[in-house]
Parts: sequence; C-alpha cells; structure tokens
Amino acid sequence: MIDIRNVSKIYPNGFQALKDCSTHVDKGEVIVVCGPSGSGKSTLIKCVNALEDFQQGEIVVNGISVGAPKTDLPKLRSHVGMVFQHFELFPHMSVLENLTIAQVKVLGRKKEEAVERGLKLLDRVGLRAHAPKFPGQLSGGQQQRVAIARALAMDPICMLFDEPTSALDPEMINEVLDVMIQLAREGMTMMVVTHEMGFARKVAHRVVFMDQGLVVEDAMKEDFFGKPRSERAQAFLSKILSH
Amino acid sequence: MYDFDWSPIPRAIPFLWAGMKVTLQITVVAMLVGIGLGTVIAIMRLSKNRVVSALSAGYVNLFRAVPLIMVLLWFFLIVPSLIVRIFNLPRTANVQVTSAMVAFSLFQAAYYAEIIRAGIQSVKAGQIGAALALGMSYGQAMRLVVLPQAFRNMTPLLLTQTIILFQDTSLVYVSAVRDFFGAANIVGTRDGRIVELILFAGAVYFVICFVLSTLVKRWQDRLKVAA
Repeated sequence: MIDIRNVSKIYPNGFQALKDCSTHVDKGEVIVVCGPSGSGKSTLIKCVNALEDFQQGEIVVNGISVGAPKTDLPKLRSHVGMVFQHFELFPHMSVLENLTIAQVKVLGRKKEEAVERGLKLLDRVGLRAHAPKFPGQLSGGQQQRVAIARALAMDPICMLFDEPTSALDPEMINEVLDVMIQLAREGMTMMVVTHEMGFARKVAHRVVFMDQGLVVEDAMKEDFFGKPRSERAQAFLSKILSH
Repeated sequence: MYDFDWSPIPRAIPFLWAGMKVTLQITVVAMLVGIGLGTVIAIMRLSKNRVVSALSAGYVNLFRAVPLIMVLLWFFLIVPSLIVRIFNLPRTANVQVTSAMVAFSLFQAAYYAEIIRAGIQSVKAGQIGAALALGMSYGQAMRLVVLPQAFRNMTPLLLTQTIILFQDTSLVYVSAVRDFFGAANIVGTRDGRIVELILFAGAVYFVICFVLSTLVKRWQDRLKVAA
C-alpha cells in the first residue's frame, strides 16, 4: 500500500532530515514510527502525502508515485487520511462543516450525502451531539476525534497519524487512542508516528525506529519490544518505558 | 473679529449631499476593488515564485512611495483622455469620477495588500497543510480555509484603512470632480463664506470618521474576547 524506497530529504541550507529511508506498509497493516524528537519521523510521514518534498528515492502509495511530476497530488491526498499533532480543524466552520467541506468540494458528493456520512462518523467517535458546535468549544481530545472523523469521511485507503496524542493533556490521550485502536482492529492501513508504546504493543504489526534521519530499526512488534537489535533503540525504549 | 454667517449652509444642503454621494461612491468602489486587487497582490507576494513575488512587491513599493496627490493628478491628466479615446465616448461623460475611482482603487490596493498579507500570515501554517491533506487544491485551500480566517482577523484593520480612504477622497478637489469637499468649496467661494463651509465640511468628516472608528474599535474588542 505504502512503499518508501531510499528516501532522502535535504533542506536548501544543507541539513539532511532524511537519510536513505526505506520501509513499507502493507494493506491492513499498522506500523508505528517512533524515535527521539528531531529524528525525522514527522518529516517522513509528511513525505508520504507530499506535504513535504524529498530529493532522492521514491514513495509509492497504492501504485502511484508521490514524487513523480505528473502525479495528481490533490487526488492522491484525497485518498490518504491524515491526522495532525495540533488537530488543525478549521476554526471558522462548525464541527459538521469540518467533516463535509472536503467531501463536497473535493469528492463532489451531494450536500445531504456528505452530511449523512459526517454525522455517521461523528456518531462513531461519540461526538454526534457536538455537530453544530465550533472546534474552539471542544476539548483537545474531542477536537482530535473530530479530526479523525474528518479524515475518515473521505473514505481513505490508508491513514497517517502524525503524533496524534502528543499535544493532548494526559487524561484525554486514551479517548483518542481508543478510536485509533478500534480503527486498527477493523483493518485500516495505518502509519502512526507516536511515542505511545502501549498503543504499539496493542495493535501495531511492525515498529520502525528512527534516529537522526535514519531508519535504525524496522522490526516486527514482538522483536522490537523483545530484543531491539540496535543500541539506540534499546536506549530509547529504556527511557520511554521507565516512566 | 470675524463675523460667522452660517446661513448659506442650510440652503446648500442638496448640493452638498450630491457631493457626499460622489464621495461615498468613490470610497465604496475603491474599497471593493482595492480589497479584491489587494488580495491578489497579497497572494502573489507570498508566492514561492520569485518573479511573481517581486512584481507584487514592486507594485506595493511603488504606490506606497508616491504621494497620493501625484497619482491622482496623473490619472486626471492622462487617463480621462485615454478612456474617452479608447471607448470613443463623448467628452461630457462622467469620465473624471471613473478615473478617480481607478486611481483610488489602485492606490488603496497597495495598502490593503499589506494588511491582507499580514492577515494571511496570521493563519497557522498547519491549516493549509490540513486543507491540502484533504485533497484540496492550493486555490481551494486559500479560498475556503485561509482567507476566511485571515479576513476575520483583519477586518478592523481593513475598515480603518477604509476610513483613511474616505478622508483621502477629498483630494479629488484638485480636479473637476465635485465630491463633498469640492461642493463645500464651491458654495463657500460663491457665497464668500469659505471659512464657514470648510469648518462645516471638517465637522462632517470628523463626525463620520469618529463614529466609524468607534464602531471598529468596539468590533475589535469583541474579536479579542472571542479569540
């Protein structure tokens, strides 16, 4: 579904954010990308739907090359759901409008159809009663659940999560993780940048560990948690799990 | 001591009102066209394409570095005859008002553009990423997501700029356009009461601008509370 082959990203100032990164996400697979901050994991996930460009290598999503000049990026992105660290709901629209705008303007769905789909998804994340409210009236956890519903409203073939819980207060993290766990169990293809190792243990198939722009480890979950091969992954795990 | 005689004013009200209508027409047209054009210039200024960005910067710098009265004179001297020739109009056509509108629109666009650029930059960068991630084109992301938020943030500044525009329209008195100030001038000269008429015109400008500024200020405070 998602194939990342030898991707490098170099900023104009010479800083290399990604160094020859490769990994893949098969259909129905959940992979967790973790690593210390500044390791390039957010940059890598943003390359998948071309929110960031890259200079070398290739990323293929559902058979379409992301970096190819002829690729219809808006069309590709409309099939790839993305959830951001800071939610990025549109503050000037109601919760329901947040869910319907792209359905109508991008997919060309009829308004009633989009509303129906939107309400169904709000129901699913437990927020149907909040449909007429504005994002600013919701808590962080609720906003992030709306953001997940907004991405799902486009009927994506896969979902990208860029640190979806790291801007949340601790008591709100679980309500978001629960939605993600349910989604994973339903077979959604997911690439998740997160430090939530509990989530990784529960639903991830594979774990990718990055450090300083490199994919240091790409292992099955059991292997990663059981016996990480690299020293850096061991050090990272011991730090993060000791809390 | 000067003897004030305000009696010419009541008699001149219809004439002055006709002038005020011209003033308002020029203000409203220059505001609408200026904001429209200013938005385009602001988006060009933020473009990654250096040529496009430089063109826009050049426009803004040019108009901000030239006195308004020179732009007006230039337009009054050259543009009217041009319009008449191009559209083959009779000389009597209301070409002077049109060129005033064009001049103010172009001039104001430069000022509006800077306000709008700041407004666009005040919208969080992640918003455009979220819009693009949903499959919107850059144009859709701007139109549906970024600009509505930008305009909401900058409405008070745009209105303040429009109040300045309203005052600046009095500069058309250098031409044959009879705006409110021009009308007051004519009445004053005719009746030998120029001091009274200019004081009266000043009072009218003051009242209108003060009331509008107060409204804008209140609106701004309300936005602050909402945000």
